[in-house]
Amino acid sequence: MTADAPPATDVPATDVDVALEFSHLEMTFPDGTHALDDVTFRICRGEFVTVVGPSGCGKSTLLRIASGLETNTGGNCSVDRDALGYVFQDATLFPWRTVRRNVELIAELHGVSRSEMAPKVEESLQLVGLKEHEQKYPRQLSGGMKMRASLARSLVLQPDVFLFDEPFGALDEISRERLNDELLTLFMTKQFAGLFITHSIAEAVFLSTRVLVMSARPGRIIADYEIPFDYPRVHDLRYEPEFAELSGRISHDLRGAHE
Amino acid sequence: MSDDGIGVVMPPSSMAPAMTGENPLHEVDDRDRSGGRIPWARIIGPIIVFGLFVGFWYLAHYVLMEERRKFLIPPPHEVVKDSFLTWSVSGSESLANIAGGGLSDQLDGLLLSAKVAMLGLSIAIVLGIALATLMSQAKWIEQSIYPYLVALQAIPILAFVPLIGVLWGFNFRSRVLVTVIIALFPIVANTLFGLLSVDRSYHELMTLNGSSRWTRLRKLQFPAAMPSIFTGLQISAGLSVIGAVVGDFFFRQGQPGIGQLIDRYRASLAYSQMYGAVILASLLGIVVFWFFGWLSHKVVGHWYESRSG
Repeated sequence: MTADAPPATDVPATDVDVALEFSHLEMTFPDGTHALDDVTFRICRGEFVTVVGPSGCGKSTLLRIASGLETNTGGNCSVDRDALGYVFQDATLFPWRTVRRNVELIAELHGVSRSEMAPKVEESLQLVGLKEHEQKYPRQLSGGMKMRASLARSLVLQPDVFLFDEPFGALDEISRERLNDELLTLFMTKQFAGLFITHSIAEAVFLSTRVLVMSARPGRIIADYEIPFDYPRVHDLRYEPEFAELSGRISHDLRGAHE
Repeated sequence: MSDDGIGVVMPPSSMAPAMTGENPLHEVDDRDRSGGRIPWARIIGPIIVFGLFVGFWYLAHYVLMEERRKFLIPPPHEVVKDSFLTWSVSGSESLANIAGGGLSDQLDGLLLSAKVAMLGLSIAIVLGIALATLMSQAKWIEQSIYPYLVALQAIPILAFVPLIGVLWGFNFRSRVLVTVIIALFPIVANTLFGLLSVDRSYHELMTLNGSSRWTRLRKLQFPAAMPSIFTGLQISAGLSVIGAVVGDFFFRQGQPGIGQLIDRYRASLAYSQMYGAVILASLLGIVVFWFFGWLSHKVVGHWYESRSG
């Protein structure tokens, strides 16, 4: 944990730093659903951007376009797809593989040999605190532990850009907060560029350097907040007046987005 | 949790403390599965039912049947004596010599039928999994083949058995063919279901990491389909024994399997041997069914929780 890391928002966004860029992104599905309308923003290394918005507004579509699962119908998306980590809504662990074999999966799919990936697999398991559970099968894990294993699996290839599709939405409040704390520790050690989707405003404010609010369909960016709190952020930040004030403003915008 | 409750029976005194000491939450669960408060119940229960069955058999022979029809249901001890305790019958000692009697002939017939069933099942497994894999690759392939599989399943194959005999000869090959036709469908249907019911997010995980069709099949779809494949195998294994026995029964020619023996014993009024042959044939079915259940538990039991637990 690098306690003296500068707040990521202070880093000037030169072209070299840009890890993910959307410009005038448009998405209309074949059935005519207009999902995204003129979405433009960029994320640099060391930035953690969260998108909040009403359900069905196209937040997840943004991730699917960034990762290449969907192709945008207009505008541009530029990102290095070879250095991309994607964390799904559910943990998508293979139930027939142990935790360790699951963590090895993505590297294995990219043709990395087991001996070659071993140090990274060890490090990832340590980082998410699953080293002692590495021989267990997914059915023996709690929801939070499954999500940790899923995170570790994405960490092995050391992606520059991390996409998170509401990864903690199914967890209880305590597990979610604990995983938020752990995710921030990962963010500070690895300094990746993060794009995070969530329904929870508290989660968005706690994690991010920047929070974007999206309107109901077709999704547009209707508000953009720099989150001024320094990293490392501690658990009690959630109860500071500034935190509540900022959350209140985002909540207000979000309510407007529904109309 | 995966090893208990299967084939291990411990006396009550050693079982209770072990469970309460280690995992009180699962105590009720385990006790239910081992059959109430008496762990022996899984043994005792079936023994009682077996006793009732044999008792009813005796009752049928000695009380329920009219005197002149008693020979149709010989008492169990006669069946055991004529079928399993007599090695072979020679000369004109009994009516049964017309068909050949005793354990040696029955085991020869059983062995032949077992060979037919096993070879037919093996071919059905290879062919069935290959077909299902092919069908899983494109909707149009699936739609092109599926109607014919249903047709194959629907035709009254046993009525065709004499025809197959005439066309192919009343030989080993024809019997295997009958077995393959009977055992094929459950394997194809269950394998296909398993291969196609993988969640979309898992496929997307593979897509995101640039997996080929082959990698996807090997690392995701086949492992995920294993529980379904074993369900199909278990059904087909039972069917293959039925196919081998009943197919043989209808052939009425060639080297006799257990099915033909049943028919011959019936025709020569050797009812005690006939019941013996029926018992042997069903034992073969039970052994095969049990074997695939055991294999399934060995292969996927460590990660897959079957409903019967």
